Amino acid sequence: MRAMVYRGPYKIRVEDKDVPPIEHPNDAIVRVTLAAICGSDLHLYHGMMPDTRIGHTFGHEFIGIVEQVGSSVQNLQVGDRVMVPFNIFCGSCWFCARGLYSNCHNVNPNATAVGGIYGYSHTTGGYDGGQSQYVRVPFADVGPVRIPDWMHDEDAVLLTDAAATGYFGAQLGEIAEGDTVVVLGAGPVGLVAAQSSWLMGAGRVIVIDHLQERLEKARTMAHAETLDYDEYDDIVVEMKKQTDHLGADVVIEAVGAEADGNLAQQLTGPKFKLQGGSATALNWAIDGVRKGGTVSVVGAYGPIPNAVKFGDALNKGLTLRMNQTPVKRQWPRMFEHVRNGHLTPRAMVTHRFPLEHIAEAYHVFSAKLDGCIKPLVLPDAA
Amino acid sequence: MTDPEIPSAYVRDKRTPPPSREELRARIPGWGVDLDPADRPSYPKLQYPADTGAHWDFPERQPEKWPREHSIEHAFVTPVFGTAQPPRGLSGAIRRYAYARFSEGRLAHWLLLIVGDRVDAWGSHLRSFATLRPDDPVTETGVRSEFTRGGLRSRRGRSDARHHALDPVVVAGPWVAGAAAAYVGVRSLARAARR
Repeated sequence: MRAMVYRGPYKIRVEDKDVPPIEHPNDAIVRVTLAAICGSDLHLYHGMMPDTRIGHTFGHEFIGIVEQVGSSVQNLQVGDRVMVPFNIFCGSCWFCARGLYSNCHNVNPNATAVGGIYGYSHTTGGYDGGQSQYVRVPFADVGPVRIPDWMHDEDAVLLTDAAATGYFGAQLGEIAEGDTVVVLGAGPVGLVAAQSSWLMGAGRVIVIDHLQERLEKARTMAHAETLDYDEYDDIVVEMKKQTDHLGADVVIEAVGAEADGNLAQQLTGPKFKLQGGSATALNWAIDGVRKGGTVSVVGAYGPIPNAVKFGDALNKGLTLRMNQTPVKRQWPRMFEHVRNGHLTPRAMVTHRFPLEHIAEAYHVFSAKLDGCIKPLVLPDAA
Repeated sequence: MTDPEIPSAYVRDKRTPPPSREELRARIPGWGVDLDPADRPSYPKLQYPADTGAHWDFPERQPEKWPREHSIEHAFVTPVFGTAQPPRGLSGAIRRYAYARFSEGRLAHWLLLIVGDRVDAWGSHLRSFATLRPDDPVTETGVRSEFTRGGLRSRRGRSDARHHALDPVVVAGPWVAGAAAAYVGVRSLARAARR
Protein backbone atom coordinates (compact mmCIF):
# COMPACT_ATOMS: atom_id res chain seq x y z
CA MET A 1 0.00 0.00 0.00
CA ARG A 2 1.03 3.64 -0.33
CA ALA A 3 1.53 5.58 2.87
CA MET A 4 2.93 8.88 4.05
CA VAL A 5 6.12 8.35 6.06
CA TYR A 6 8.11 10.69 8.29
CA ARG A 7 11.77 11.14 7.31
CA GLY A 8 12.84 13.67 9.95
CA PRO A 9 11.83 17.23 10.88
CA TYR A 10 10.16 19.00 7.93
CA LYS A 11 10.65 15.96 5.68
CA ILE A 12 8.08 13.39 4.60
CA ARG A 13 7.47 11.25 1.57
CA VAL A 14 5.16 8.52 0.28
CA GLU A 15 6.45 4.94 0.37
CA ASP A 16 5.20 1.43 -0.21
CA LYS A 17 4.44 -0.30 3.08
CA ASP A 18 2.84 -3.62 3.96
CA VAL A 19 -0.91 -3.55 4.54
CA PRO A 20 -1.23 -3.72 8.34
CA PRO A 21 -2.26 -7.11 9.73
CA ILE A 22 -4.83 -7.94 12.39
CA GLU A 23 -2.84 -7.90 15.66
CA HIS A 24 -5.68 -8.44 18.14
CA PRO A 25 -9.04 -10.22 17.88
CA ASN A 26 -10.94 -6.93 18.11
CA ASP A 27 -8.93 -5.18 15.39
CA ALA A 28 -10.29 -4.11 12.03
CA ILE A 29 -8.36 -3.11 8.94
CA VAL A 30 -9.90 -0.08 7.28
CA ARG A 31 -9.28 1.04 3.71
CA VAL A 32 -8.97 4.80 3.98
CA THR A 33 -11.17 6.77 1.58
CA LEU A 34 -10.53 10.26 2.95
CA ALA A 35 -8.08 11.69 5.47
CA ALA A 36 -7.12 15.13 6.72
CA ILE A 37 -4.02 16.84 8.04
CA CYS A 38 -4.57 18.25 11.52
CA GLY A 39 -2.80 21.30 12.93
CA SER A 40 -1.39 19.01 15.59
CA ASP A 41 0.23 16.87 12.87
CA LEU A 42 2.48 19.85 12.32
CA HIS A 43 3.98 19.35 15.80
CA LEU A 44 5.16 15.94 14.61
CA TYR A 45 6.23 17.29 11.24
CA HIS A 46 8.36 19.95 12.93
CA GLY A 47 10.03 17.39 15.19
CA MET A 48 8.51 18.69 18.41
CA MET A 49 6.92 15.49 19.72
CA PRO A 50 9.27 13.09 21.51
CA ASP A 51 9.57 9.57 20.11
CA THR A 52 8.45 10.31 16.59
CA ARG A 53 10.22 7.55 14.69
CA ILE A 54 11.48 7.56 11.14
CA GLY A 55 9.01 5.64 9.01
CA HIS A 56 6.01 6.63 11.10
CA THR A 57 2.78 7.28 9.21
CA PHE A 58 0.82 10.24 10.56
CA GLY A 59 -2.91 10.83 10.36
CA HIS A 60 -5.59 10.69 13.05
CA GLU A 61 -8.45 12.15 11.00
CA PHE A 62 -9.75 9.59 8.51
CA ILE A 63 -12.77 7.68 7.31
CA GLY A 64 -12.91 4.52 5.25
CA ILE A 65 -14.36 1.12 4.49
CA VAL A 66 -13.89 -1.93 6.67
CA GLU A 67 -11.71 -4.36 4.77
CA GLN A 68 -11.09 -7.05 7.37
CA VAL A 69 -12.23 -7.75 10.95
CA GLY A 70 -10.71 -9.75 13.80
CA SER A 71 -12.33 -12.85 15.27
CA SER A 72 -14.06 -11.09 18.18
CA VAL A 73 -15.53 -8.13 16.27
CA GLN A 74 -19.32 -8.10 16.58
CA ASN A 75 -20.46 -4.59 15.64
CA LEU A 76 -18.79 -4.03 12.27
CA GLN A 77 -18.82 -5.95 9.02
CA VAL A 78 -16.59 -5.96 5.99
CA GLY A 79 -17.81 -3.25 3.63
CA ASP A 80 -19.13 -0.88 6.32
CA ARG A 81 -18.33 2.81 5.73
CA VAL A 82 -16.95 4.06 9.02
CA MET A 83 -15.72 7.20 10.68
CA VAL A 84 -13.02 6.58 13.28
CA PRO A 85 -12.46 8.83 16.31
CA PHE A 86 -8.87 9.96 16.66
CA ASN A 87 -8.82 8.35 20.11
CA ILE A 88 -7.98 4.67 20.38
CA PHE A 89 -9.85 3.38 23.44
CA CYS A 90 -10.86 0.09 25.01
CA GLY A 91 -14.28 1.03 26.40
CA SER A 92 -13.69 -0.89 29.63
CA CYS A 93 -10.89 0.62 31.75
CA TRP A 94 -11.54 2.90 34.76
CA PHE A 95 -11.37 5.97 32.53
CA CYS A 96 -13.44 4.70 29.59
CA ALA A 97 -16.07 3.44 32.04
CA ARG A 98 -16.49 7.08 33.09
CA GLY A 99 -16.63 8.49 29.58
CA LEU A 100 -13.03 9.70 29.47
CA TYR A 101 -12.31 7.94 26.19
CA SER A 102 -9.34 10.13 25.38
CA ASN A 103 -7.70 9.04 28.63
CA CYS A 104 -7.93 5.28 28.09
CA HIS A 105 -5.39 3.31 30.13
CA ASN A 106 -5.32 0.12 28.06
CA VAL A 107 -3.97 1.27 24.72
CA ASN A 108 -0.77 3.23 25.23
CA PRO A 109 2.14 1.45 26.90
CA ASN A 110 4.48 4.37 26.22
CA ALA A 111 2.78 6.87 28.51
CA THR A 112 0.16 7.02 31.22
CA ALA A 113 -0.56 10.72 30.76
CA VAL A 114 -2.10 10.37 27.32
CA GLY A 115 -4.28 7.74 25.69
CA GLY A 116 -3.86 6.20 22.28
CA ILE A 117 -3.95 8.27 19.09
CA TYR A 118 -3.55 7.11 15.51
CA GLY A 119 -0.37 8.23 13.80
CA TYR A 120 0.79 10.48 16.58
CA SER A 121 4.24 9.17 17.56
CA HIS A 122 5.10 6.44 20.04
CA THR A 123 4.30 8.83 22.87
CA THR A 124 0.65 8.07 22.10
CA GLY A 125 1.10 4.35 21.58
CA GLY A 126 3.05 3.75 18.39
CA TYR A 127 0.14 3.21 16.01
CA ASP A 128 0.56 4.09 12.35
CA GLY A 129 -2.05 6.55 11.14
CA GLY A 130 -4.52 7.10 8.37
CA GLN A 131 -2.63 9.19 5.83
CA SER A 132 -2.26 5.97 3.91
CA GLN A 133 -4.39 3.51 2.00
CA TYR A 134 -4.99 1.15 4.92
CA VAL A 135 -4.90 1.48 8.68
CA ARG A 136 -5.20 -0.85 11.65
CA VAL A 137 -8.14 0.14 13.88
CA PRO A 138 -7.95 -1.44 17.35
CA PHE A 139 -11.13 -2.03 19.37
CA ALA A 140 -13.33 -2.01 16.31
CA ASP A 141 -16.39 -2.69 18.47
CA VAL A 142 -15.76 0.46 20.53
CA GLY A 143 -14.43 3.33 18.44
CA PRO A 144 -15.69 3.41 14.84
CA VAL A 145 -19.24 4.31 13.84
CA ARG A 146 -21.00 3.69 10.53
CA ILE A 147 -21.33 6.96 8.62
CA PRO A 148 -24.99 8.00 8.37
CA ASP A 149 -26.26 7.98 4.79
CA TRP A 150 -27.09 11.66 4.88
CA MET A 151 -23.66 12.77 6.07
CA HIS A 152 -21.14 14.26 3.63
CA ASP A 153 -17.76 12.52 3.67
CA GLU A 154 -15.96 15.79 4.34
CA ASP A 155 -18.15 16.49 7.39
CA ALA A 156 -17.55 12.93 8.57
CA VAL A 157 -13.76 13.18 8.37
CA LEU A 158 -13.77 16.52 10.19
CA LEU A 159 -15.95 15.10 12.94
CA THR A 160 -13.21 12.58 13.77
CA ASP A 161 -11.19 15.35 15.43
CA ALA A 162 -11.14 19.02 14.41
CA ALA A 163 -14.87 19.71 14.58
CA ALA A 164 -15.40 17.56 17.67
CA THR A 165 -12.51 19.31 19.38
CA GLY A 166 -13.95 22.75 18.64
CA TYR A 167 -17.31 21.72 20.05
CA PHE A 168 -15.66 20.15 23.09
CA GLY A 169 -13.59 23.31 23.63
CA ALA A 170 -16.71 25.42 23.87
CA GLN A 171 -18.14 22.99 26.42
CA LEU A 172 -15.00 23.16 28.53
CA GLY A 173 -15.52 26.93 28.65
CA GLU A 174 -18.71 26.39 30.70
CA ILE A 175 -20.34 29.17 28.71
CA ALA A 176 -23.33 30.84 30.37
CA GLU A 177 -25.98 32.82 28.51
CA GLY A 178 -24.73 36.23 27.45
CA ASP A 179 -21.03 35.48 28.05
CA THR A 180 -18.35 37.15 26.00
CA VAL A 181 -16.23 34.38 24.51
CA VAL A 182 -12.83 34.97 22.94
CA VAL A 183 -11.49 32.23 20.70
CA LEU A 184 -7.75 32.30 20.10
CA GLY A 185 -6.99 30.88 16.68
CA ALA A 186 -9.20 30.85 13.60
CA GLY A 187 -8.01 27.48 12.40
CA PRO A 188 -10.34 24.50 12.01
CA VAL A 189 -10.75 23.94 15.76
CA GLY A 190 -11.22 27.63 16.53
CA LEU A 191 -13.82 28.09 13.81
CA VAL A 192 -16.00 25.30 15.18
CA ALA A 193 -15.38 26.47 18.75
CA ALA A 194 -16.72 29.88 17.73
CA GLN A 195 -19.78 28.35 16.06
CA SER A 196 -20.36 26.15 19.10
CA SER A 197 -20.07 29.05 21.53
CA TRP A 198 -23.20 30.53 20.00
CA LEU A 199 -25.05 27.23 20.39
CA MET A 200 -24.24 27.39 24.11
CA GLY A 201 -25.65 30.88 24.47
CA ALA A 202 -22.72 33.25 24.07
CA GLY A 203 -23.73 36.88 23.78
CA ARG A 204 -20.61 37.86 21.92
CA VAL A 205 -17.90 35.83 20.16
CA ILE A 206 -14.56 37.37 19.22
CA VAL A 207 -11.99 35.38 17.23
CA ILE A 208 -8.33 36.42 17.25
CA ASP A 209 -5.79 35.43 14.62
CA HIS A 210 -3.56 37.22 12.14
CA LEU A 211 -4.23 35.40 8.88
CA GLN A 212 -6.75 37.32 6.83
CA GLU A 213 -8.40 34.37 5.12
CA ARG A 214 -9.00 32.73 8.49
CA LEU A 215 -10.42 35.87 10.03
CA GLU A 216 -12.71 36.20 7.04
CA LYS A 217 -13.83 32.61 7.56
CA ALA A 218 -14.52 33.37 11.23
CA ARG A 219 -16.80 36.20 10.16
CA THR A 220 -18.67 34.28 7.48
CA MET A 221 -18.75 30.75 8.86
CA ALA A 222 -18.93 31.53 12.58
CA HIS A 223 -20.61 34.97 12.57
CA ALA A 224 -17.90 36.20 14.92
CA GLU A 225 -16.23 39.55 15.46
CA THR A 226 -12.55 39.33 14.63
CA LEU A 227 -9.31 40.92 15.76
CA ASP A 228 -6.04 40.76 13.83
CA TYR A 229 -3.33 40.73 16.47
CA ASP A 230 -0.78 42.05 13.98
CA GLU A 231 -2.71 45.34 14.02
CA TYR A 232 -2.21 45.91 17.75
CA ASP A 233 0.88 46.62 19.74
CA ASP A 234 -0.49 44.44 22.54
CA ILE A 235 -3.47 42.22 21.86
CA VAL A 236 -4.11 41.63 25.55
CA VAL A 237 -4.73 45.36 26.06
CA GLU A 238 -7.13 45.29 23.12
CA MET A 239 -8.95 42.31 24.63
CA LYS A 240 -9.41 44.37 27.80
CA LYS A 241 -10.63 47.39 25.84
CA GLN A 242 -13.08 45.26 23.88
CA THR A 243 -14.57 43.90 27.10
CA ASP A 244 -14.83 47.18 29.00
CA HIS A 245 -11.68 46.28 30.93
CA LEU A 246 -13.23 43.18 32.46
CA GLY A 247 -11.59 40.63 30.21
CA ALA A 248 -13.53 37.91 28.44
CA ASP A 249 -15.75 35.64 30.51
CA VAL A 250 -14.35 32.66 28.64
CA VAL A 251 -11.25 32.25 26.49
CA ILE A 252 -10.90 29.17 24.31
CA GLU A 253 -7.28 28.45 23.39
CA ALA A 254 -7.47 26.71 20.00
CA VAL A 255 -3.88 27.21 18.85
CA GLY A 256 -1.45 25.01 20.75
CA ALA A 257 2.29 24.62 20.64
CA GLU A 258 3.02 26.41 17.35
CA ALA A 259 1.49 29.74 18.39
CA ASP A 260 2.78 32.85 16.71
CA GLY A 261 2.65 36.37 18.10
CA ASN A 262 5.79 36.28 20.23
CA LEU A 263 9.12 35.82 18.48
CA ALA A 264 10.98 34.70 21.60
CA GLN A 265 8.42 31.95 22.27
CA GLN A 266 8.50 30.90 18.62
CA LEU A 267 12.30 30.67 18.57
CA THR A 268 12.71 28.88 21.90
CA GLY A 269 9.80 26.56 21.16
CA PRO A 270 9.00 25.32 17.66
CA LYS A 271 12.26 26.40 16.06
CA PHE A 272 15.00 25.40 18.50
CA LYS A 273 13.08 23.11 20.89
CA LEU A 274 14.38 24.69 24.10
CA GLN A 275 10.86 24.36 25.46
CA GLY A 276 8.00 22.10 24.46
CA GLY A 277 6.52 24.67 22.12
CA SER A 278 5.32 28.24 22.09
CA ALA A 279 3.02 29.14 24.99
CA THR A 280 1.98 32.48 23.49
CA ALA A 281 -1.69 31.66 23.02
CA LEU A 282 -1.92 30.07 26.45
CA ASN A 283 -0.43 33.17 28.05
CA TRP A 284 -2.75 35.46 26.10
CA ALA A 285 -5.67 33.36 27.31
CA ILE A 286 -4.56 33.71 30.94
CA ASP A 287 -3.99 37.45 30.53
CA GLY A 288 -7.10 38.14 28.46
CA VAL A 289 -9.75 36.33 30.46
CA ARG A 290 -11.45 38.15 33.32
CA LYS A 291 -10.70 37.38 36.94
CA GLY A 292 -12.76 34.36 37.98
CA GLY A 293 -13.21 33.43 34.32
CA THR A 294 -12.59 30.17 32.52
CA VAL A 295 -9.81 29.24 30.12
CA SER A 296 -10.54 26.24 27.93
CA VAL A 297 -7.47 24.68 26.35
CA VAL A 298 -7.87 22.41 23.35
CA GLY A 299 -4.71 23.45 21.53
CA ALA A 300 -2.26 20.54 21.59
CA TYR A 301 0.96 20.64 23.59
CA GLY A 302 3.70 18.06 23.98
CA PRO A 303 4.95 16.59 27.25
CA ILE A 304 8.00 18.85 27.63
CA PRO A 305 7.58 21.88 29.95
CA ASN A 306 6.50 25.26 28.60
CA ALA A 307 6.98 28.84 29.84
CA VAL A 308 3.44 29.43 31.09
CA LYS A 309 2.34 32.32 33.31
CA PHE A 310 0.87 30.15 35.99
CA GLY A 311 1.15 32.78 38.70
CA ASP A 312 -1.32 35.05 36.95
CA ALA A 313 -3.73 32.16 36.53
CA LEU A 314 -3.60 31.66 40.29
CA ASN A 315 -3.86 35.33 41.13
CA LYS A 316 -6.87 35.77 38.86
CA GLY A 317 -8.72 32.82 40.31
CA LEU A 318 -9.11 31.19 36.94
CA THR A 319 -10.70 27.91 36.10
CA LEU A 320 -8.46 26.09 33.66
CA ARG A 321 -10.16 23.25 31.81
CA MET A 322 -8.60 21.02 29.20
CA ASN A 323 -8.37 17.55 27.75
CA GLN A 324 -7.92 15.70 24.55
CA THR A 325 -11.43 15.38 23.16
CA PRO A 326 -13.37 12.21 23.92
CA VAL A 327 -14.67 12.31 20.36
CA LYS A 328 -17.31 9.63 20.36
CA ARG A 329 -19.03 11.23 23.34
CA GLN A 330 -19.66 14.34 21.22
CA TRP A 331 -21.03 12.59 18.17
CA PRO A 332 -24.75 11.99 18.78
CA ARG A 333 -25.37 15.68 19.53
CA MET A 334 -22.97 16.88 16.87
CA PHE A 335 -24.66 14.73 14.24
CA GLU A 336 -27.89 16.63 15.02
CA HIS A 337 -26.13 19.96 14.76
CA VAL A 338 -24.51 19.09 11.43
CA ARG A 339 -27.77 17.75 10.04
CA ASN A 340 -29.61 20.92 11.12
CA GLY A 341 -26.92 23.16 9.67
CA HIS A 342 -25.96 24.62 13.04
CA LEU A 343 -22.43 23.35 12.62
CA THR A 344 -20.87 23.36 9.15
CA PRO A 345 -17.47 21.66 9.39
CA ARG A 346 -16.81 21.20 5.68
CA ALA A 347 -17.09 24.96 5.10
CA MET A 348 -13.52 25.17 6.42
CA VAL A 349 -11.98 22.88 3.79
CA THR A 350 -9.77 24.80 1.42
CA HIS A 351 -7.46 22.22 -0.15
CA ARG A 352 -7.64 18.61 -1.32
CA PHE A 353 -4.33 16.87 -2.07
CA PRO A 354 -3.67 13.42 -3.53
CA LEU A 355 -1.69 11.27 -1.09
CA GLU A 356 1.21 11.27 -3.56
CA HIS A 357 1.52 15.06 -3.09
CA ILE A 358 1.51 14.98 0.68
CA ALA A 359 4.92 16.63 1.11
CA GLU A 360 3.51 19.65 -0.72
CA ALA A 361 0.36 19.48 1.41
CA TYR A 362 2.34 19.61 4.64
CA HIS A 363 4.47 22.51 3.48
CA VAL A 364 1.47 24.51 2.28
CA PHE A 365 -0.40 23.87 5.53
CA SER A 366 2.64 24.51 7.73
CA ALA A 367 3.61 27.78 6.05
CA LYS A 368 -0.07 28.77 5.60
CA LEU A 369 0.38 29.31 1.87
CA ASP A 370 -2.39 29.84 -0.64
CA GLY A 371 -5.02 30.62 2.01
CA CYS A 372 -4.83 27.10 3.39
CA ILE A 373 -7.13 26.50 6.36
CA LYS A 374 -7.88 22.79 6.20
CA PRO A 375 -6.25 20.33 3.79
CA LEU A 376 -7.74 16.94 3.03
CA VAL A 377 -5.81 13.95 1.71
CA LEU A 378 -7.22 11.67 -0.99
CA PRO A 379 -5.49 8.26 -0.67
CA ASP A 380 -6.54 6.93 -4.06
CA ALA A 381 -6.36 10.05 -6.22
CA ALA A 382 -3.79 10.06 -8.98
CA MET B 1 -14.88 61.36 35.07
CA THR B 2 -18.62 60.82 35.16
CA ASP B 3 -20.14 57.51 36.06
CA PRO B 4 -21.03 56.32 32.51
CA GLU B 5 -17.41 56.70 31.53
CA ILE B 6 -16.17 54.33 34.18
CA PRO B 7 -15.59 50.90 32.58
CA SER B 8 -17.64 47.91 33.72
CA ALA B 9 -14.70 46.34 35.53
CA TYR B 10 -14.79 49.08 38.15
CA VAL B 11 -18.51 48.99 38.91
CA ARG B 12 -21.07 46.36 39.84
CA ASP B 13 -22.70 45.51 36.50
CA LYS B 14 -21.70 45.30 32.85
CA ARG B 15 -22.43 48.60 31.12
CA THR B 16 -23.50 46.91 27.90
CA PRO B 17 -25.96 44.05 28.25
CA PRO B 18 -25.70 41.23 25.69
CA PRO B 19 -28.14 41.22 22.77
CA SER B 20 -31.57 39.73 23.42
CA ARG B 21 -32.35 36.07 22.73
CA GLU B 22 -34.59 37.07 19.84
CA GLU B 23 -31.90 39.17 18.23
CA LEU B 24 -29.31 36.42 18.58
CA ARG B 25 -31.66 33.71 17.29
CA ALA B 26 -32.44 35.85 14.25
CA ARG B 27 -28.76 36.39 13.48
CA ILE B 28 -27.06 33.11 14.47
CA PRO B 29 -28.20 29.69 13.15
CA GLY B 30 -28.91 27.47 16.14
CA TRP B 31 -28.18 30.08 18.80
CA GLY B 32 -28.89 28.65 22.24
CA VAL B 33 -29.74 25.07 21.22
CA ASP B 34 -27.19 23.89 23.81
CA LEU B 35 -28.09 26.60 26.29
CA ASP B 36 -28.58 24.33 29.27
CA PRO B 37 -25.11 23.57 30.70
CA ALA B 38 -26.41 20.36 32.23
CA ASP B 39 -27.52 19.11 28.82
CA ARG B 40 -24.21 19.14 27.00
CA PRO B 41 -22.38 15.96 25.95
CA SER B 42 -19.40 16.52 28.21
CA TYR B 43 -21.38 17.37 31.33
CA PRO B 44 -20.80 16.05 33.88
CA LYS B 45 -17.15 15.33 33.29
CA LEU B 46 -17.48 11.81 34.63
CA GLN B 47 -20.32 9.86 33.07
CA TYR B 48 -21.08 6.17 33.02
CA PRO B 49 -21.99 5.24 29.43
CA ALA B 50 -24.54 2.44 29.29
CA ASP B 51 -22.76 0.64 26.46
CA THR B 52 -19.34 1.45 25.08
CA GLY B 53 -19.35 -1.57 22.77
CA ALA B 54 -16.80 -3.37 24.95
CA HIS B 55 -17.72 -6.99 25.67
CA TRP B 56 -14.89 -7.72 28.09
CA ASP B 57 -13.85 -6.62 31.58
CA PHE B 58 -10.21 -6.58 30.62
CA PRO B 59 -9.27 -6.91 26.96
CA GLU B 60 -7.55 -9.98 25.63
CA ARG B 61 -3.81 -9.37 25.43
CA GLN B 62 -2.23 -8.67 22.05
CA PRO B 63 0.81 -10.93 21.42
CA GLU B 64 4.09 -9.17 22.22
CA LYS B 65 6.48 -9.83 19.34
CA TRP B 66 9.42 -8.12 21.02
CA PRO B 67 9.90 -6.83 24.57
CA ARG B 68 7.65 -3.81 24.13
CA GLU B 69 9.09 -0.66 25.66
CA HIS B 70 6.70 0.92 28.13
CA SER B 71 6.42 3.66 30.70
CA ILE B 72 7.53 2.55 34.15
CA GLU B 73 4.44 4.32 35.46
CA HIS B 74 2.39 1.52 33.91
CA ALA B 75 1.95 -1.72 35.85
CA PHE B 76 2.63 -3.69 32.66
CA VAL B 77 2.52 -3.45 28.89
CA THR B 78 -1.03 -2.45 28.02
CA PRO B 79 -3.15 -5.21 26.49
CA VAL B 80 -3.23 -3.41 23.14
CA PHE B 81 -0.40 -1.37 21.66
CA GLY B 82 1.06 -0.10 18.41
CA THR B 83 3.58 -2.23 16.57
CA ALA B 84 4.85 0.37 14.14
CA GLN B 85 8.59 1.04 13.93
CA PRO B 86 10.10 -1.23 16.60
CA PRO B 87 13.19 0.29 18.26
CA ARG B 88 16.42 -0.52 16.43
CA GLY B 89 20.10 0.37 16.49
CA LEU B 90 21.53 3.19 18.58
CA SER B 91 18.31 5.21 18.56
CA GLY B 92 16.44 2.15 19.75
CA ALA B 93 18.90 1.66 22.61
CA ILE B 94 18.48 5.29 23.67
CA ARG B 95 14.70 4.98 23.56
CA ARG B 96 14.67 1.71 25.49
CA TYR B 97 16.89 3.27 28.16
CA ALA B 98 14.63 6.35 28.39
CA TYR B 99 11.61 4.14 28.99
CA ALA B 100 13.32 1.70 31.34
CA ARG B 101 15.11 4.25 33.52
CA PHE B 102 13.01 7.41 33.78
CA SER B 103 9.33 7.99 34.47
CA GLU B 104 7.23 10.43 32.46
CA GLY B 105 7.69 12.88 35.32
CA ARG B 106 11.41 13.22 34.64
CA LEU B 107 12.65 15.66 32.03
CA ALA B 108 15.48 13.23 31.22
CA HIS B 109 12.91 10.79 29.88
CA TRP B 110 11.66 13.22 27.26
CA LEU B 111 15.04 14.71 26.39
CA LEU B 112 16.48 11.24 25.80
CA LEU B 113 13.55 10.46 23.51
CA ILE B 114 14.25 13.64 21.57
CA VAL B 115 17.94 12.64 21.31
CA GLY B 116 16.78 9.23 20.08
CA ASP B 117 14.65 10.96 17.43
CA ARG B 118 17.60 12.93 16.12
CA VAL B 119 19.92 9.91 16.08
CA ASP B 120 17.19 7.99 14.26
CA ALA B 121 16.82 10.78 11.69
CA TRP B 122 20.55 11.07 11.05
CA GLY B 123 21.04 7.32 10.81
CA SER B 124 18.09 6.95 8.46
CA HIS B 125 19.30 9.75 6.23
CA LEU B 126 22.75 8.23 6.00
CA ARG B 127 21.36 4.75 5.35
CA SER B 128 19.12 6.15 2.62
CA PHE B 129 22.22 7.13 0.62
CA ALA B 130 23.03 3.44 0.28
CA THR B 131 19.63 2.73 -1.30
CA LEU B 132 18.04 3.41 -4.66
CA ARG B 133 15.89 6.09 -3.04
CA PRO B 134 18.12 8.47 -1.05
CA ASP B 135 16.48 11.26 0.92
CA ASP B 136 15.74 14.24 -1.28
CA PRO B 137 15.39 17.50 0.63
CA VAL B 138 13.60 19.17 -2.27
CA THR B 139 10.78 16.69 -2.75
CA GLU B 140 10.52 15.69 0.91
CA THR B 141 10.15 19.23 2.24
CA GLY B 142 7.55 20.15 -0.39
CA VAL B 143 9.46 23.37 -0.86
CA ARG B 144 8.55 23.55 -4.55
CA SER B 145 5.09 24.66 -3.46
CA GLU B 146 6.73 27.98 -2.57
CA PHE B 147 6.70 28.61 -6.33
CA THR B 148 3.39 26.98 -7.21
CA ARG B 149 1.31 28.09 -4.23
CA GLY B 150 2.28 31.72 -3.89
CA GLY B 151 5.03 31.60 -1.28
CA LEU B 152 5.74 35.32 -1.40
CA ARG B 153 2.17 36.46 -2.01
CA SER B 154 0.85 34.36 0.84
CA ARG B 155 3.29 35.83 3.34
CA ARG B 156 2.84 39.48 2.45
CA GLY B 157 2.22 41.53 5.61
CA ARG B 158 2.36 38.55 7.94
CA SER B 159 4.36 38.86 11.15
CA ASP B 160 5.26 35.17 11.18
CA ALA B 161 7.23 35.59 7.94
CA ARG B 162 10.05 36.87 10.17
CA HIS B 163 10.80 33.42 11.50
CA HIS B 164 9.94 31.44 8.37
CA ALA B 165 13.36 32.40 7.06
CA LEU B 166 14.83 30.26 9.83
CA ASP B 167 13.17 27.08 8.61
CA PRO B 168 15.91 26.30 6.06
CA VAL B 169 18.45 26.79 8.85
CA VAL B 170 16.58 24.37 11.08
CA VAL B 171 16.38 21.80 8.28
CA ALA B 172 19.80 22.22 6.69
CA GLY B 173 21.81 23.59 9.61
CA PRO B 174 22.67 20.23 11.22
CA TRP B 175 23.76 18.89 7.82
CA VAL B 176 26.00 21.85 7.14
CA ALA B 177 27.48 21.59 10.62
CA GLY B 178 27.94 17.84 10.19
CA ALA B 179 29.61 18.27 6.82
CA ALA B 180 31.91 20.95 8.21
CA ALA B 181 32.84 18.75 11.17
CA ALA B 182 33.49 15.81 8.85
CA TYR B 183 35.66 17.98 6.60
CA VAL B 184 37.68 19.28 9.53
CA GLY B 185 38.04 15.77 10.92
CA VAL B 186 39.19 14.25 7.66
CA ARG B 187 41.61 17.11 7.05
CA SER B 188 43.08 16.70 10.51
CA LEU B 189 43.53 12.99 9.97
CA ALA B 190 45.13 13.58 6.60
CA ARG B 191 47.58 16.09 8.08
CA ALA B 192 48.41 13.74 10.93
CA ALA B 193 49.07 10.96 8.45
CA ARG B 194 51.45 13.18 6.42
CA ARG B 195 53.57 14.04 9.44
